[in-house]
Amino acid sequence: MSKAKGEPFIRISSRSALPWYMAWLIRGLSVLAALIVGSVVTVLVTGENPLSLYVTMFEGSFSTARRTWLLVQNIAILLGVSLAVTPAFKMRFWNVGGEGQMLAGCLASAACMICLAGRLPNWLIIALMFLTSMLAGGIWGFVPAYFKAKWGTNETLFTLMMNYIATQLVAFFIIIWEVPKGAGQIGIINAQTEIGWLPVVGPSKYFLNILIVAVICVFMYFYLNYTKHGYEISVVGESERTARYVGIKVDRIVMRTMLLSGALCGLTGMLLVGGTDHTLTTSITASRGFTAVMVSWLAKFNPVWMILTSFLIVFLQRGANEVATTFGLNQSFSDILTGIILFFIIGSEFFIRYTVNVHIGRSRKEAAGRV
Amino acid sequence: MEANVTRNLVPAVEMRNITKRFGSVLANNRVNLTIYRGEILALLGENGSGKTTLMNMLSGIYYPDEGEILINGKPAVISAAKDAFDLGIGMIHQHFKLVDVLTAAENIVLGMPGKLDMKASISRIEKICKDYGFEVNPIQKIYDMSVSQKQTVEIIKVLYRGADILILDEPTAVLTPQETDKLFAVLRNMRDDGKAIVIITHKMNEVEALSDRVAVLRQGQYAGDMPTSSTNAQEMTNMMVGHKVSLNIVRPDPINPKPRIEVNNLTVRSEDGILKLDHVTFTARSGEILGIAGISGSGQKELLESIAGLQKTEGGAIDYIENDGRHVSLIGQDPVKIADMGVTLSFVPEDRLGMGLVGNMDLTDNMMLRSFRRGAGVFTDRKTPRKVAQNVVAELDVKTPSLATPVRRLSGGNVQKVLVGREITSAPTVLLTAYAVRGLDINSSYTIYDLINHQKEHGVAVIYVGEDLDVLIELCDRILVLCGGQVSGLVDARHTDKREIGMMMTRIGGTDHE
Repeated sequence: MSKAKGEPFIRISSRSALPWYMAWLIRGLSVLAALIVGSVVTVLVTGENPLSLYVTMFEGSFSTARRTWLLVQNIAILLGVSLAVTPAFKMRFWNVGGEGQMLAGCLASAACMICLAGRLPNWLIIALMFLTSMLAGGIWGFVPAYFKAKWGTNETLFTLMMNYIATQLVAFFIIIWEVPKGAGQIGIINAQTEIGWLPVVGPSKYFLNILIVAVICVFMYFYLNYTKHGYEISVVGESERTARYVGIKVDRIVMRTMLLSGALCGLTGMLLVGGTDHTLTTSITASRGFTAVMVSWLAKFNPVWMILTSFLIVFLQRGANEVATTFGLNQSFSDILTGIILFFIIGSEFFIRYTVNVHIGRSRKEAAGRV
Repeated sequence: MEANVTRNLVPAVEMRNITKRFGSVLANNRVNLTIYRGEILALLGENGSGKTTLMNMLSGIYYPDEGEILINGKPAVISAAKDAFDLGIGMIHQHFKLVDVLTAAENIVLGMPGKLDMKASISRIEKICKDYGFEVNPIQKIYDMSVSQKQTVEIIKVLYRGADILILDEPTAVLTPQETDKLFAVLRNMRDDGKAIVIITHKMNEVEALSDRVAVLRQGQYAGDMPTSSTNAQEMTNMMVGHKVSLNIVRPDPINPKPRIEVNNLTVRSEDGILKLDHVTFTARSGEILGIAGISGSGQKELLESIAGLQKTEGGAIDYIENDGRHVSLIGQDPVKIADMGVTLSFVPEDRLGMGLVGNMDLTDNMMLRSFRRGAGVFTDRKTPRKVAQNVVAELDVKTPSLATPVRRLSGGNVQKVLVGREITSAPTVLLTAYAVRGLDINSSYTIYDLINHQKEHGVAVIYVGEDLDVLIELCDRILVLCGGQVSGLVDARHTDKREIGMMMTRIGGTDHE
């Protein structure tokens, strides 16, 4: 018997649970497929040897110890923001304002460094930087949450607009604090005195940042999985009605969680200003507040997996830049490569969740024999 | 198909060796089903036996993995809803798919090809109504309609598209007895007109009253069919379940009933200012099941949620009466405060996965919903809830792969067992249940009735909001009837009948007992 005309030959159905090793096998295969497609595109478009391209990509992150430290530092900052926005997303609060919350933290710590230098002891200034950056980020996160709780405003638009306010505020203060006058930029803050610079601990000047983010990571893991707060966040995220039914005050949880989310974003901003960059620009966050959303979702809000996903993103970005400079290709080509790889990785989630059966001209008997 | 030899019927649909898998789950296993013209077929089966899956393959929602479907004797491919329409198959789902702000006629013609001619369409709709005995106003807006009117619109919608094979998925779940009778009359008219009709239902008395033939599915397999006239509820149930089950609901007499919940002139308005409860007054007693009957949306939800501390009230009083006669006011409290006052009140809401449980969480985490605040310090305690989950699974015979399975993966009956199990774990003194057996098969329903009766025997004041009047009359001690947010009557369940309650559901007072 042949198949009737018009019978669909691709059928998609959702899977029941897949064992974890199968899921990771699918993810691994998708990376492999991405590299192959990337190679084909490379050869077709540039004529370069794809293998040397990938080697260059790898070298961009690992060829020297400095590069490796830089890689890890970048991972740390991205991971910090990702961890910060995670409780909000787990609560299904679309916080796309990580950027603004981070900038608010940057601004607060820069203000401490500039305005308090020489007036207070260095350790106190650093302590105040921690405090004020978290406070500023917290306020930036709290305001949209408060409006949502009280008047039901849309948090996506609200957090997004808060980003612009933060950017403009930073731009405003850069003009006030600019060095030298008329330069339109601040330059390195306290370059001579190093006041407000986070102390160098361990083998690298990036080590303290990495350590702090590692602590946040462990904290977030336990906070989300083992505390009452974390449980409340999950319930609110899954079903607000269930939350109300068991007496969880949804508005309070939303405000509390956004305060935490914003504060941690602000803290990460401080690590950037006080720990590595020692300056303030409107683009200092390098869109990490948005990239963090992807890192968090890719890891399904699991803080430990987020180490992996933030590594992946940073590694790709750095590798792509390296490729662009080494081969004299423009930046857009490396973006294409990054895009291909991300497309495959995100696309693989579809195959983890669904199974696709292809039925082409197979006889019914064969089909029946298939298990 | 012995059953039909004598009646010489023409098959409209023949499903042969239909198999459908979802992952490793075999939803339908080599099912053979024939649907005849001029016949009403009742499709029976427990939850998860594959009835809806089978019918969804006729309406183009799923595509079978194996087997073939013949429509009017010809092999057919139904890979989309449009294919089903083209073949004259129409399915009326449990949840209506209508646009609220449009009129009945607009909804009916929505998506039809060709030029829009409202006048012609309305006259066609009116003709369909006349032919089959529907009562509907084509220019009435959907938001002004009752549930049964909306259902009528859904049925006309598929008839308008020329359907002559109709599938109705639990059509009476939301109807009053009177409305059910009306629907049945219409369905009989359609049958006599030569249409093929399939109804999926769990209510045995409806099967007996309406259908010509019953077909039974059990665990995805075809268990057989027989003419309705030659079988009875007991036999059909045994066939569905695969072994003998008892169909009697026991009703022990209340032991020493004392007032437990006193509701006085309770008035509730919805957020848009609509009066939902209008000066409702009644008393629920310990060791007694108080049934609440009424057309859906008559204020049942608001009533239960007011008692549970989830609903803002406008006026009136709700008092909990302790064993020593002390009154505790529940009005204006929230669930946490009510628990803090030492009142153990359990609530099984209508929306199990959207309110009572979290679908994506596993059994343990769902048990934790009630107890997570009790952990040490800032941390939650998962050990106690895990034990509770183990107990519930063992005692209520919950079918689940493990405690770590998200509850949304469980079948309807098992989901309800998890929810009821959690709610009675706290040894409540008041148990509120809303549509506790909705969508559940016979076996699961009886498990739930037993659990509720067990609570009653332990002196719990049970408030049971139900929709199946037969069950309300058999299970409850007293029945409070709501109509448009007002108390329409309070009757002794031992001395009443469906007719009386049905009248009270639609008209205040009906007749007055007590």
